[in-house]
Amino acid sequence: MQVDKELDARGLNCPLPILKTKKSLADMTSGQVLRVVSTDCGSVKDMQAFSNQTGNTLLSTQEAGGEYTFFLQKK
Amino acid sequence: MKKMAIIATKGTLDMAYPPFILASTAAALGYDVQVFFTFYGLQLLRKDLSDVKISPLANPAMPMPIPMPVMVQMLPGMETMATLMMKDKLKKKGVASLEELRALCLEADVKFIACQMTVDLFEFDKSDFIEQIEFGGAATFMEFAGDTDICLFV
Repeated sequence: MQVDKELDARGLNCPLPILKTKKSLADMTSGQVLRVVSTDCGSVKDMQAFSNQTGNTLLSTQEAGGEYTFFLQKK
Repeated sequence: MKKMAIIATKGTLDMAYPPFILASTAAALGYDVQVFFTFYGLQLLRKDLSDVKISPLANPAMPMPIPMPVMVQMLPGMETMATLMMKDKLKKKGVASLEELRALCLEADVKFIACQMTVDLFEFDKSDFIEQIEFGGAATFMEFAGDTDICLFV
């Protein structure tokens, strides 16, 4: 998967991963992919909810070694 | 566009978080957000937030490292100590500071309205507050709140 931008949200807690994701998406163009890495287990549900409400597609969610990686495609 | 209105009435560290967290998150989700600060909530609009504290007194639900009798919680300096411990914990767990959350709200165009009556009541000096606020009353709040999807009292 081609990633156009990365966001390191490790160590951040609710609601920072979502707020920083929103900010990262702001200067991207439609169709580009943002990769977000988080250590907040609550962000799994929140990222899906963010996607549902904003229309940015959550392409995939991966978990490995306590880190959650999200691929979001900008609307 | 969906709208959310919050009335923030508390000025303690723990109760300062819900309005700022919900307002910043709602704004990130595309909501038009207004927060009306009244009574002790006005303390959250000060330029300097270092006086926003948490007290273990009359707060039995607050997790403490060791059991602490009420008589001990009353001692001078306990409030400052509890506040320092809480801020340290918030930082360690990656929770944003109030200053950071408030700045994120403003950046996301959350509108802050300060209750004019409270300013008069407590004789607050308006120059102590951040500049990005408007002063208004109950009718000002209702004009926006009457048309919202979510309306909360904190």
